[in-house]
Amino acid sequence: MSKHVTTASFQSDVLSSSKPVLVDFWAEWCGPCRMVSPILDEISAEHGDKLTIVKVNVDEEPALAQQYGITSIPALHVFKDGQVIKQIIGAKPKPSLLADLSEFIN
Amino acid sequence: MREVIIIGSGPAGYTAGIYTARAGLKPLLIASSVEAGGELMKTTEVENYPGFPNGLQGPELMDAFKAQAERFGTEVLLDDVIEVDLKGDVKIVKTGNGKTFEAKAVILATGAAYRELGLPKEKELSGYGISWCATCDGFFFREKTIAVVGGGDSAMEEANFLTRFASKVYLIHRRDSFKASKIMQERALNNPKIEVVWNTEVAELVGDGRLSGVKLRNTVDGSMSDLDLDGLFIAIGNDPRIWLVENQVQLTEDKFIKVEGRSSKTSLPGVFAAGDVIDPTYRQAITAAGSGCVAALDAEHYITGLQ
Repeated sequence: MSKHVTTASFQSDVLSSSKPVLVDFWAEWCGPCRMVSPILDEISAEHGDKLTIVKVNVDEEPALAQQYGITSIPALHVFKDGQVIKQIIGAKPKPSLLADLSEFIN
Repeated sequence: MREVIIIGSGPAGYTAGIYTARAGLKPLLIASSVEAGGELMKTTEVENYPGFPNGLQGPELMDAFKAQAERFGTEVLLDDVIEVDLKGDVKIVKTGNGKTFEAKAVILATGAAYRELGLPKEKELSGYGISWCATCDGFFFREKTIAVVGGGDSAMEEANFLTRFASKVYLIHRRDSFKASKIMQERALNNPKIEVVWNTEVAELVGDGRLSGVKLRNTVDGSMSDLDLDGLFIAIGNDPRIWLVENQVQLTEDKFIKVEGRSSKTSLPGVFAAGDVIDPTYRQAITAAGSGCVAALDAEHYITGLQ
């Protein structure tokens, strides 16, 4: 299971991380989010040494969702050195996600 | 080799699973990795599925379908079919995670995928103001001004659902009447937050990196107007998902999979089709389920005949 980050821990968990961090913005009521979640767990297990994967529950952390302009979930944002350097919108099959994330995990 | 593989996990796929499993055929149902459960997973209240007088949520209904299929031994695989070879006696099915399966019979229940407006910027603004899933994204449009495009039941449902969040919902439709069922139309027309924009189509998507509005064209006199929007939800219908098989089975003129009469038989022996992928007309959960049952019985009959 990926770690849940909050507004309070966002700085240390995401922005200050030395590794790239993929933030999965999700919610309980979002069906596609629930489908993509186990796929992200698999990617985390396989590539966690290169890419950290964390989750932000938009219901509990609306300020973070707003700050990053989220209007559609699942939204996967990759942060490096405090900046969003890649955005993936919508649930995608594992091979597509691996292709989208290849620059971080290969 | 398997007896039967079912591709798709909406009402048609799972019903085919229930029936083929009960026939002892040990079906493998390939459900998709991220869209398992199909269209109803993005729906809220389902009020017209018989047997549930108080209605229930779309995902709840699909969980029940799945549980019922699994109860009798349907094996449900969360993977995506990327290639099939259906021409021979042995049907070959390959998945995105690199697995290959063989079966005597295949049931195609791949459903339909949402239709796009076909306008420039549609892709780049998807997820940045343009949405295809009201239940996923409505939350982000609290006290915002948004629009829904379409005139069918899904458009009505989305518009009504979105009034829980948005302060104003325009319902843009290119004709002067809706195709939706009476009850759904009335709900939309009586909702004070919904304003219907008749005889109008979206001509242009406006926004740089994020949708800021649309240009509208009146379908009667061709006049143009601007509408500022925070969000646009597109519900203009679905197209049958046929890309897997379009070069192998016969299609109808409208690009649905062609079946023989009231059966589920496609142009290839041992290949059956059910649900929205064969249905240009009714497209209901209950008709899809009925169609899945037909395909299961046809597949069972076919497999019995091989012995």
